[in-house]
Amino acid sequence: MTLLSVKGLHASLGGKPVLNGVSFSVGEGEFVGLIGPNGAGKSTLLRAALGLVGARGEVAIAGQDAAAMTARERARRIAYLPQEREIGWPVSVEMVVSLGRAPHRPAFAGLDAADRARIEEAMGRMELEEFRRRPATELSGGEKARVLIARALAQDAPLLLADEPTAGLDPSHQITLMRLFAELAREGRGVVASLHDLSLAARWCTRLILLDRGTIVADGPPREVLTRERLRSVYGVEAHLAEAEGGMLVVPLDMAAPELLVRGKP
Amino acid sequence: MRQGRAIRQRPASGARSFARRLALAAAVVFTLADAAPAIAAQPPHRVVSMNVCTDQLAMLLAGEGQLYSVSYLASDPSASVLAGEAGRYVVNHGLAEEVFLMSPDLVIAGTYTTRTTVALLRRLGFRVEEFAPVNSFADIREHITRMGEILGRQEKAAELIAQMDAELAGLSAQPPSRKTVALYYANNYTSGAGTLVDETVKAAGLVNIADKLDLQGTNQLPLELLVLNNPDLIVTSEGEYAAPALAEQGYVHPAFKALTAGRKAVNVPAKYTICGAPFTLEAARIMRDAAQEGKAQ
Amino acid sequence: MSDTARYRLLLILLAAGAMILFVLSLTVGPAAIGFGDSIAALFDRKEAGPLALIMQEIRLPRAILGLMIGATLGLSGAVLQGYLRNPLAEPALLGISATASLGAVLAIYTGFSLVFPLGLPLAALAGAVVAVIVVQAMAGMRGGALTIILAGVALSSLAAAMTSLALNLSPNPFAALEIMFWMLGSLTDRSMTHVWLAAPFMVVGWAMLANVGRSLDTLTLGRDAAASMGVDLRRVQLLAVLGTAASVGAATAVAGAIGFVGLVVPHLLRPFVGARPSRLLPASALGGASVLLAADILVRVIAPGKDLKLGVLTAIVGAPFFLWLVYRTRRNLL
Repeated sequence: MTLLSVKGLHASLGGKPVLNGVSFSVGEGEFVGLIGPNGAGKSTLLRAALGLVGARGEVAIAGQDAAAMTARERARRIAYLPQEREIGWPVSVEMVVSLGRAPHRPAFAGLDAADRARIEEAMGRMELEEFRRRPATELSGGEKARVLIARALAQDAPLLLADEPTAGLDPSHQITLMRLFAELAREGRGVVASLHDLSLAARWCTRLILLDRGTIVADGPPREVLTRERLRSVYGVEAHLAEAEGGMLVVPLDMAAPELLVRGKP
Repeated sequence: MRQGRAIRQRPASGARSFARRLALAAAVVFTLADAAPAIAAQPPHRVVSMNVCTDQLAMLLAGEGQLYSVSYLASDPSASVLAGEAGRYVVNHGLAEEVFLMSPDLVIAGTYTTRTTVALLRRLGFRVEEFAPVNSFADIREHITRMGEILGRQEKAAELIAQMDAELAGLSAQPPSRKTVALYYANNYTSGAGTLVDETVKAAGLVNIADKLDLQGTNQLPLELLVLNNPDLIVTSEGEYAAPALAEQGYVHPAFKALTAGRKAVNVPAKYTICGAPFTLEAARIMRDAAQEGKAQ
Repeated sequence: MSDTARYRLLLILLAAGAMILFVLSLTVGPAAIGFGDSIAALFDRKEAGPLALIMQEIRLPRAILGLMIGATLGLSGAVLQGYLRNPLAEPALLGISATASLGAVLAIYTGFSLVFPLGLPLAALAGAVVAVIVVQAMAGMRGGALTIILAGVALSSLAAAMTSLALNLSPNPFAALEIMFWMLGSLTDRSMTHVWLAAPFMVVGWAMLANVGRSLDTLTLGRDAAASMGVDLRRVQLLAVLGTAASVGAATAVAGAIGFVGLVVPHLLRPFVGARPSRLLPASALGGASVLLAADILVRVIAPGKDLKLGVLTAIVGAPFFLWLVYRTRRNLL
């Protein structure tokens, strides 16, 4: 089933167009890596799909018109992990994770056994049990990131949109996270994560969407999307592409020579 | 009165005002001794008064054409008893520039207002006479006498004092009712011992509740204490202002309304008590009459 | 003890504290009335004598207003801090009290509230709405804590200047003396009339503010995260803005602007509720009521008969606290 489908999405920030007619859809079991240079519109695309920024175009969530859904209905179908790891108050880790259950509870109702099970499961997956009672604001950046991911997992939505979830994580936690997302996809959920580490994206994602200046320039399996020419034209870098240990390696080497740049072509 | 004490006059401590009066008296004596022939020979003929109290004393005493200008408050009916008469004089606002252009040969001012103006006028060579606020009938006599001397109208002054004393005697000839009275002005202010209003209350044969509460001078009388002491008569002083203020909310407080429901409150217009003059006795008459009416009921 | 049990105990203790201070407030005043007599007079017939009149018409409204206004300040402070995710937010610092004062001043001194009594709380409410919207607009434009506080300072100064102007221009000679009341607040000689005028607005405001508690929890993770978790940000904004404006506006209309209660109380109670915004709301309301009642008892004990303004006390305690808070959070301010 299609979890999210976007057609002809246009968005602008501060009068500057950021998305120019973006169309794609995400189905069950897909782990989509959203890649592209800084300013390509990755974050805006995720936020526009959620209705967090004003955008023109069609967004359908699980086949339904997103504009006709309430915020709570949307929240039960899509979980979102923003780029800013904001935790405003020194609340406990457990409390942050339990916030993920908010869209499932009627107003003023407490947590029931099912809610608690989801919270425990999410904390277990992110190995947070020992932090349970610690104020979330006192954790390290990586630990905070894990808490917030657990919160998104507790939301238990069929689709997860994550904006640069690996930023600031050490390699082992990056890999743990990619493994988790791949596992979620295997369970039948969908995951869309914007990523900067191209090797990580290539090795773990089932599909990559390459965004450049508000337009999708490539969409498909990692090996088809990541070519030397694209990296040169979109990122402006020369890269070494290789196969190693059962996956792809993308190692940027140097800036592309100016005459070879196709960038800037109208 | 309420204004007089709360805003314009800043009550002086007894000792300080006594010292001030002493100094003033000395200054007057000195001036008189020094310039006595000049004054006797030539009373001022173009007098400017800058204070609502000196305005009224001067209007009561001055000879024809002698008083040239009075302050703008003199024609304010809520502050001045002689408001109707004030229209005959040029109006000033107590500004040095304004007074300078009037080229008076005598300026009369209050001691608590327009201090900088007074200092400036003196530096410019004008003769300025200052009058302190009045706290008793004795003060009124002294002020009338002094104003009479300054204006060269001693006879008129003696006449006014005799008239006031006769009225006072008339009031005290009647048996005192000994009823209790509370003075209750805006912002909960009341007048106790050492104030002109307190003397007025006593002249009316009444007992000021401030004495019982040991409130001296101009002081606050909390609404609670007013209610608790339940006086026979409450004297208010509601002004007729163009706009409302919180200061007078005490008069619409349910507790005050319950206390005064249908009886025992009388309004004494502030103009009688802001300044001490023979007309201040009108306040005593209003209070006495109100207390008698209460008795009749 | 579980979190929830501890939280319940805290609420019970705070409620008991507020009740004790409420009763104490009833027994303090210039008229020295014994404890037993004053409580008895409270339930006496009004015609029974001066004691009943004092207790029922002077002290009871004062205590009720102390309780309600304190609760309003504590609650609105907690909501504003949660909503703006800023520990320095509170009605007075954000200029909401000052603009509400201005609204009330315009209503009273023009005589408008004499012909239309509801005009007083409504005008104060309108003033408060303006402030909340300005602050909200500043906060929305990626403004940090500093932007919000500076906007509040500017708003407060402007509103204070306009208030002074209005009072100085009034033809009533007392008006200019009342600037202090509007800037520093007081409960002296308030009456049941004031209670009936302000209470409905405060209660409606509280209901609105209580409704945003859950959303404030979610807002801990930021606006985008909250929206993605099903929080209707527009609804939260509407409730927070109108709830603050209605309750703080009504409080200010009858008692003037009282600062720092909304800053200090939520901050002190935050550790006791595990920093959880939704739990902070009832705790701050009860704590605010206690603090304001205590301050109102103190002004009567420290300076009897001098009509010391409430805001003087709250600022003496609150302003150094604010400095300390700025010192502690200064790294996050810029």
